[in-house]
Amino acid sequence: MWKFLVPIVAFVGLVVLFALGLNPNRDIRALPSPLIGKPAPAFNLTDVLDPSRVVSSASLEGQVYVFNAWGTWCVACREEQEALLQIAKQRVVPIIGLDFMDDRSKAQRWLQQLGNPYSAVAFDPEERTAIDWGIYGAPETFLVDTKGRIIYKFISPMTLEVWKKEFLPRIEAARRGGA
Amino acid sequence: MKYWLPIVAALLLCAGAVRALDANGQLEDPRLEARYEEITKQLRCLVCQNESIADSNVQLAGDLRRQVREMLLAGRTDAAIFDFMTARYGEFVRFNTPVEPKTLWIWGSPFVLLLIGVLVVVRVMRARSRMPLDDDPQPASAETPPGSAPGSH
Repeated sequence: MWKFLVPIVAFVGLVVLFALGLNPNRDIRALPSPLIGKPAPAFNLTDVLDPSRVVSSASLEGQVYVFNAWGTWCVACREEQEALLQIAKQRVVPIIGLDFMDDRSKAQRWLQQLGNPYSAVAFDPEERTAIDWGIYGAPETFLVDTKGRIIYKFISPMTLEVWKKEFLPRIEAARRGGA
Repeated sequence: MKYWLPIVAALLLCAGAVRALDANGQLEDPRLEARYEEITKQLRCLVCQNESIADSNVQLAGDLRRQVREMLLAGRTDAAIFDFMTARYGEFVRFNTPVEPKTLWIWGSPFVLLLIGVLVVVRVMRARSRMPLDDDPQPASAETPPGSAPGSH
């Protein structure tokens, strides 16, 4: 009896394995972040547009915010800029930018030319905040709840679809839970 | 032609420089430098994913090498450095998977497969030993090897 079952079980196992492994919607470079559910790493950086202004995690305490890592060297960030601008127009939550591995003047030019969806952009030329947040590429977009915990991370250019499907429900839930 | 010698010498010097180089050079303490080399070899560059941060020229790898260097100079242990990295980037950042309860299946699966293999071999050998040997003197019964003695049926 088991002689017949073994190949069937093995076949089903392989089908499941291939279904998971060959899923075209799966980004094989996207790694799960160990920071989900953990407190967002603290940061204290200057504003990319105004070096005398500080952008810090402390000033965002108690509110839900989106944390979007980008750089002018990042082609995919240009791609998501339009979506971010539209999301910013909805005024749901502040979008905080993290400009890393970058040049301040280049970043300023970028924001002038493409538009600025951010409430503030922290400038991280030494990538210390990027390392603390486990960022290994751009764009990467995090969602932080009222208790200062990272509740979601999205690796890829942001789209309105992802915003509606992944971010908005979580923002709603975070507000209900935190209020 | 006298200038070929320096060219060859320069090429020979380059031959050793396969690793990514940093502007700040080696650590002064050779023991720290040895640990630095070992640790950076065991950390995955997440941008290139199959290269270690010791080998990668990507900027993130350079930043992480700087981080390792700073932590070594601050007197942190190897374990503390690996913990720092996995807390941020996950277990995937390590090339060497630590043996832990949740990784037991990774380390254990080769032995499980080996055990299955041994069981299969034992079964097959037992089955074979009950069969008559090929070179037994009595004529083979029903089984005739294909191709041999055509038309013998």
